[in-house]
Amino acid sequence: MKASAFAYARATSVANALEMLTTYGERAKVLSGGQSLLPAMNLRLVAPELIVDIGELTELRGVAVKGEVLTIGALTRHADLLKSREVAAHAPLLKDAVAHIAHPAIRNRGTIGGSLAHADPASELPACMLTLGATIIARGPGGERRIAANEFFVGIYETALTPQELLVAVELPVTPKNSTHFFHEFARRHGDYAIVGLAAQASIRDGRFADLRLGFFAVGDRPLLAESASKLVDVAITPAVLIEAASALDDELDPLEDQQATPAMRRHLAKVLLARCVSLLLARPDLGAGAPA
Amino acid sequence: MTSERENPQTLSALDRPNSYIGKTVPRPNLDRLMQGRGLYVSDIELPRMAHAVFLRSPHAHARIVGIETSAAKQMPGVIAVVSGRELSTVVTPWVGVLSHLKGLKSAPQSAIAVDRVCWQGEAVAAVVAASRAQAEDAAEHVLVKYEELHAVTDMRTALDPATPVIHASLGDNLAFERIHDAGAVDLAFAESDEVVEAEFVFGRHTGVTLEPRAVVADWNAAEARLTIYQGTQAPHMVQNIAALHLCLKESQVRVVCKDVGGSFGIKVHIYADEMATYALSKLLRRPVKFVADRVESFNTDIHARDHRCKGKIGVKRDGTIMAFEIDDLTGIGPYSMYPRTSAIEANQVVNLVGGPYVTGNYRARARVVFQNKNVMCQYRAVGHPIACSVTEGLVDLAAMKIAMDPVEIRRRNLIADDAYPCASPSGLRFERLSHHAALAKLVQMMDYDALRAEQAALRVKNIHRGIGIASFIEVTNPSAAFYGVGGAKISSQDGVAVRLDAQGSVICQTSITEQGQGSESLTAQIVGSVLGVSMDRVRVMLGDTDNTPYGGGTWASRGAGIGGEAALQATKVLRKNVLDVASAILQSVPGELDIVNNAVVNVVDGAPRIDLSELARIVYFRPDTLPPGVQPELMATRHFVPREYPFAFTNGVQASWLELDLDTGFVKLLKHWVVEDCGTIINPQLVDEQIRGGVVQGLGAALFEKCVYDERGQLTNANMADYLVPMSGEMPDIDVGHVVSPTLESELGAKGAGEAGTAGAAAAVTNAVNDALRPFGTIITEIPLTPQVILTALRRI
Repeated sequence: MKASAFAYARATSVANALEMLTTYGERAKVLSGGQSLLPAMNLRLVAPELIVDIGELTELRGVAVKGEVLTIGALTRHADLLKSREVAAHAPLLKDAVAHIAHPAIRNRGTIGGSLAHADPASELPACMLTLGATIIARGPGGERRIAANEFFVGIYETALTPQELLVAVELPVTPKNSTHFFHEFARRHGDYAIVGLAAQASIRDGRFADLRLGFFAVGDRPLLAESASKLVDVAITPAVLIEAASALDDELDPLEDQQATPAMRRHLAKVLLARCVSLLLARPDLGAGAPA
Repeated sequence: MTSERENPQTLSALDRPNSYIGKTVPRPNLDRLMQGRGLYVSDIELPRMAHAVFLRSPHAHARIVGIETSAAKQMPGVIAVVSGRELSTVVTPWVGVLSHLKGLKSAPQSAIAVDRVCWQGEAVAAVVAASRAQAEDAAEHVLVKYEELHAVTDMRTALDPATPVIHASLGDNLAFERIHDAGAVDLAFAESDEVVEAEFVFGRHTGVTLEPRAVVADWNAAEARLTIYQGTQAPHMVQNIAALHLCLKESQVRVVCKDVGGSFGIKVHIYADEMATYALSKLLRRPVKFVADRVESFNTDIHARDHRCKGKIGVKRDGTIMAFEIDDLTGIGPYSMYPRTSAIEANQVVNLVGGPYVTGNYRARARVVFQNKNVMCQYRAVGHPIACSVTEGLVDLAAMKIAMDPVEIRRRNLIADDAYPCASPSGLRFERLSHHAALAKLVQMMDYDALRAEQAALRVKNIHRGIGIASFIEVTNPSAAFYGVGGAKISSQDGVAVRLDAQGSVICQTSITEQGQGSESLTAQIVGSVLGVSMDRVRVMLGDTDNTPYGGGTWASRGAGIGGEAALQATKVLRKNVLDVASAILQSVPGELDIVNNAVVNVVDGAPRIDLSELARIVYFRPDTLPPGVQPELMATRHFVPREYPFAFTNGVQASWLELDLDTGFVKLLKHWVVEDCGTIINPQLVDEQIRGGVVQGLGAALFEKCVYDERGQLTNANMADYLVPMSGEMPDIDVGHVVSPTLESELGAKGAGEAGTAGAAAAVTNAVNDALRPFGTIITEIPLTPQVILTALRRI
């Protein structure tokens, strides 16, 4: 299980990385934390001609808050997100989500940019980007491009990035003060890819949702910002309302089959998550038991 | 975690001052391993060593039409590309049968496939190059043309007339069948108040070792000698088989087994790619290394447990179990594994079902069929988890039917602790077991009644927990009855040599092996205790056919019980010899002297008389000062094999406490208890961790581990992301308690403890899940108990 031979270059600047990507295009792969790329290379599932290692580009690492915007550099590691005071204060959902990513050894190396560019539909961070309304910032030969999260993920391991572009940062609107969140995923073991997961952000007024964003993952070929959330906003939530929202959610899902779950099981678990999320956020235990049929 | 322990009080030679027996002492090899100074096969680098990579079949069953190697041979670093036909000039094929398994048949298997591949992953060619990476690069340029053949994958239809026969010469796909009928089964069922039937399904899984299989073979043409460095559990067995099939004398083969990163029975077999590596070294006259990568491990390390077993139990309303009946079916891949065969697991299932219980009415059929999947063979607790899950599942179903508590039905049917010696309905002879003492201890450790009350209280709150109990028996200390009587040259005896060196330290050579379970430690504890020296003076050497006595190695829970007794007996002789010399030097008599704390002392008052280092100095350097006629013999060798009983059976009972999420089908393990009886406990920590490790592998089978094959015979989860091994995050605390019934077959009294944890863990969990499911009118008798399986049973999806 050894990677086939490849050329390796450590980028000295973003401009330098972009030059190499421009020259090599699809024959090059960007190495960030290496937690998905290197296993794939060792299994000879991918055989890039050139590896562009961006690990030394410290300008791409770190978290900063400016006004109402939280900016996270692409090279920021999962472990850094977990420890970041800015993330805890301004995007607490992200902190909860990162705790579910794999294991400490992987979180110590894996990066947010790598995870988003890899676009595994079962991974946590892409769904969080949808829920939090992130903007993905990419740089290419033609300069900088700002891509809304809901336009960034286009399929399994597919994004709006071109082979010549480098994901350099994400921007998140600072979470409003009165906002609350929910993150949970069902995985066979701690650290496994989720069978189904949900990253939710909400504002609650007088026992009702004033705003609710539900980012599901592992329910299709890309993360899903559920439109059915709107059925739960500005209404008194009753079991009947929840059932209607769950039914609408069902229509939005297009789950895949794998060894852990059939599509039917994924649909079922997504509805369980919806019920548990609503129950927890509204502090209504009566809504949480079972999946709305 | 807590551990309930009892110190054995029954020892003779071991019950001495400063004895290490029954004590948790640090393992002598810990520092070496913790400081990274272990020597695993992967660490071995020899001059001119080349690396072998095997090109493996992508098809489950195919004819090899042609192999084109010219492009690969031109690749950088390539030394040779060798096909099965070319290698067959160096190594002969083998057939994995044993004569005592009547009717067992298999086909000749080659080191590298010739003409035909029979499972996805079977090697079709070897590429030998200067590095593993270069060999892998070149392997991509070997072009093999296949003609796909029908793959036989479903064991249930393998014997149908319409299913193609995998090996035409065998006539059908039936490898082995055993039928057993004891007592009056039909009458017993007729007289039962209730008869319950169920089909138990066990997922095919494997033993995932941290260190993969690895071998360096070094044919020295000048010496006409082959040195094999291999992580194996049985060096002398490897020596015998390598010599046999490379047409050498055993004296021309040396097997060296340094550190091994886990075995679990995976490394006790002869694998085709390992045989090919020995042959490649002989062919190319240079050292060749093969280290299986993780994908190869999943595709070629033996699998186990792929069974479907129909079971039936008859019970009286008072709880009396009247009879057991089973019909077991298992698919073992295309060949019976060599040399231990792939019929042993099914045979064990027949042997062990119903084993803990009194009833003498037992009927069983086991059928072992060929299929185009990876080979199956003995993995930790061979057959035990199947037999235990079927037996204990049936007992719980019977209890449920007559509304009796699961503990109570066991109390009424387990063999009484004073009924020994006795035999099971399958003919197993029990020297002494302790089912009732173990169950009583378990009930007390888990506070059974309080747990039942907690369970009931939580039900009301819609929290569904379950308690599962599983009694078991365990085969340990096997005599020649296991393999030797069937014609396999697998030794059932072990030998130990101990000698006092010139400074009064001890060098001990043993034929048992160390794969992480503490063989080195327990040997040093026994030698130190019996001789009267501190453990730091005892150096234990294992795993080298040139430098240890001849013996079986470490497998089937035999290291402590058999190798440990050999160590005890050898050390007793050395001790006597030392005291003889001491009495000559001191003008005393041996009976008045003892050895304590590295010195000869007076028995009467313990006063030191002569230090062992001084005694050794006199013996080795000033023998002229000894009285005439005294010829000291400061080295002693003894061998041991149990003769009275074919196996030293042990027993135990496990319990699981878990919570079931009805909405998601997820099982959360809350706590696990084990009480077992392995006789004399040499090192409580090593025993407890053996039990815990075994339980974890059983819990893996219960909830996670499964080799998922598609209908074309493709293994679809051959990696650590998709094949789910049990991990610490999901494991409960495991409390271990012991009852101690030493075997009288040896002075040491130790039986084995390696299988106990794995034997009963899955049964306890399955019974607990069914206990949690009790209000919902569904029963699950299939493992692994995945969320998909549970939600389906609950009709939630």
